Amino acid sequence: MSDVQEYPAIWLQLAGCSGCSVSVLNTVAPSIRNVLVDEILPGRHVNLRFHPTLMAGSGEPALEVILGGLPEQGYLLICEGAVPTKAGFGGVGESAGKHLSMHGQVLDLAKRALAVLAVGTCASFGGIPSGRPNPSGAKGVRDVLAEAGIDVPVVNIPGCPPHPDWFVGTVVSILLNGLPGAEDVDELGRPLCYYGKLIHETCPRRADFDAGKFAQHPGEPGCLYELGCKGPMTYADCPTRQWNDGQNWCVGAGNPCLGCVEPYFPDGFDPMYKKISEDRLRRFAVGSKE
Amino acid sequence: MQKIVIDPLTRIEGHLKVEVTVDGGEVKEARCSGTLFRGWEIILKGRHPLDAQRITQRVCGVCPTAHAMASTLALDDAFGIADQIPTNGRLLRNLILGCNFIQSHVLHFYHLAALDFVDVTAVADYEGENDDLQAVKSFIARGALGPFVPRYEGDYRFSPEMNRKLTAHYVQALRARRLAHEMLCIFGGKMPHSAAIMPGGNSEVPTVDKISSFLGRLNEVQRFIDNVYLPDILEVAKAYPDHAGIGGGCNRYLAYGSFDLQGENVDPVTRDRLLPQGLLTAEGELEPLDASQITESVASSWFRSASNLHPAEGETEPDPQKDGGYSWLKSPRYDGKATEVGPLARTMVAYRRGAEPLKSIVDSVLGELGAGPEALSSALGRHAARAIETKIAADAMTDWLLALKPGEPVCADWTVPGEAEGMGLTAAPRGALGHWVVIKDGVIGRYQLVVPTTWNACPRDEDGQPGPMEQALEGTTVRDTENPFEVVRIVRSFDPCLACAVHVVDGRGNGLRRFRIA
Repeated sequence: MSDVQEYPAIWLQLAGCSGCSVSVLNTVAPSIRNVLVDEILPGRHVNLRFHPTLMAGSGEPALEVILGGLPEQGYLLICEGAVPTKAGFGGVGESAGKHLSMHGQVLDLAKRALAVLAVGTCASFGGIPSGRPNPSGAKGVRDVLAEAGIDVPVVNIPGCPPHPDWFVGTVVSILLNGLPGAEDVDELGRPLCYYGKLIHETCPRRADFDAGKFAQHPGEPGCLYELGCKGPMTYADCPTRQWNDGQNWCVGAGNPCLGCVEPYFPDGFDPMYKKISEDRLRRFAVGSKE
Repeated sequence: MQKIVIDPLTRIEGHLKVEVTVDGGEVKEARCSGTLFRGWEIILKGRHPLDAQRITQRVCGVCPTAHAMASTLALDDAFGIADQIPTNGRLLRNLILGCNFIQSHVLHFYHLAALDFVDVTAVADYEGENDDLQAVKSFIARGALGPFVPRYEGDYRFSPEMNRKLTAHYVQALRARRLAHEMLCIFGGKMPHSAAIMPGGNSEVPTVDKISSFLGRLNEVQRFIDNVYLPDILEVAKAYPDHAGIGGGCNRYLAYGSFDLQGENVDPVTRDRLLPQGLLTAEGELEPLDASQITESVASSWFRSASNLHPAEGETEPDPQKDGGYSWLKSPRYDGKATEVGPLARTMVAYRRGAEPLKSIVDSVLGELGAGPEALSSALGRHAARAIETKIAADAMTDWLLALKPGEPVCADWTVPGEAEGMGLTAAPRGALGHWVVIKDGVIGRYQLVVPTTWNACPRDEDGQPGPMEQALEGTTVRDTENPFEVVRIVRSFDPCLACAVHVVDGRGNGLRRFRIA
């Protein structure tokens, strides 16, 4: 056929909203065509075999991809959404009269995967579905795999949703250099090249914070700290990367950072528009994490 | 009798199972159910009212902005400031929601629905110079065809040339929908899950450079809608004319209205909106919107709470073993009857009201196809209605954009009341969207969402009346039960969004037992 190496990928949608998938569609360079159709790197192609929102097949032909036709050389398992751990809260499909739970499928597919990418805050840490009272027992993929004693590398790419660059860049990095080493990720499994600095460190409104110029209402100029901005506790490069081909970002639009890439999202940052305590601010300002 | 179970029904948002019983090639009974629960309304309880706008967006990554709108309208109402939104704030909200409509509709037709009609493999023989098609040709030649194969096989009717053209448009549409999100980001902060729509107006302000950057993208997207999207809908209609005769359903249409054209009049019945509100009955009678007519039955839903409550008093007590239950969706009813919502419903209401420019565009599309208005009530009609309102929204957006006044206010002041109630009615791309909030002791005491797909994909009620999607399926001829194209085409014509539809769950945190339809 050709000497292009195929890298099979299975994308499972769990207790999520499809927002991570939609965000990945927004990738600019490489374009989504580059990612799905072209060789994302010369001689290397990501072969997305299963993705419920994009794939042509439905029902049995779709499920056959994950039940019967798994590639022998292994595959990358990409998970979007939290894992509902209470029985009955989420199914991937039905095959030959058998209901396939999300929880069971994650465990089953992760066992045979080369690595797992947890895309988005739900898949990484539980996200909003795990907000109190966590009705579905939603958990992040890494926790669920650890509970089941499944030892497979997991890279977390949180964000609600994650920036497309964070996902695409991580995939390209894996194809180029293999899985990130311990020195490439933080203790939460996030690649440091995207999640290495606090929003507060690179925020264009940092000078306002230092000068004590604080906005009193969303939309006003000035630092949004008084309005509950979680930038001082949130590790992401939104201020410099910007969103949607560099058009804007939450703080740029006059609204506080929600801290959506952090495991405390949403309950640890509740309520969203409440100023974080000076105690928390101090602990984060020196670079330590809660 | 043969039972066809399609689970997962892919290329929709969320997790949907469709089960049809076929006898003599005809669908005798159809049942739709959602297969995922997260529990949004319960998670919202006890939180700060302002958080509702940010949290409800996360119900759905395809139409988060519509939830931001509905939530904010409900909060405007509860805060008593609905009539004080500055013109800039109202226009920015319209622009942000308009971007969401364009993104969602383009994504739906090209990336969710089109693969039911278009055979991508025709590109294997491509000999031309289109860069996108050459890329797809190389992709096919490498032999690893995921995610385009496997699929149902058989009923692909386009010529190889038209298949190639539509495949090129599939790739082109990826850019068009991305541009719509970039436009949204300019005034909304980011997308998906935007930041800026707030009670009182919007937190991002208009500036000349933002207006100009938005307009450049809007112009490109408008050219795509006029020169690619609308003509492609006509091509599908010409190749699949029988699909104008299937998938009609209940023929009863509800629209809440969307895109406010007035600031002062906030009455949901009389407010002037670009896509107007109203009810069109199966008998063809046009009635004014009356939100008190909305109730939710739980007859076939796994809930033991009282049936037929208004959403402002809605209750949610699950009972997964309930006799006769087969869905986690409640069954919204308007005046006790199953009612379709969505682009077709909005178009039917607007057409009957004689709203321009919609009526003229619909007439010209029907004229091109040599069809009468009755052809609209069909699977094809939903696609056509979606494309037509995409054009109407995009064209109106140019006017709104140029009416923005940099330097003038965008957001009214507010204080969060200790006790209040609010209702927000708007249109999501998929149909009528309502949020009802009760604020108690300064926090959310009750929050209910009644979303488009709950209206459309709901189960039977006390009277055995099937939901609109079930009605659209029943009576349909399925030519090949191994490849039930008709079923998936009808379901996808509704553009179901299950993440939105299935959001209710046990408030007491009880573990729900394993459920499955036998």
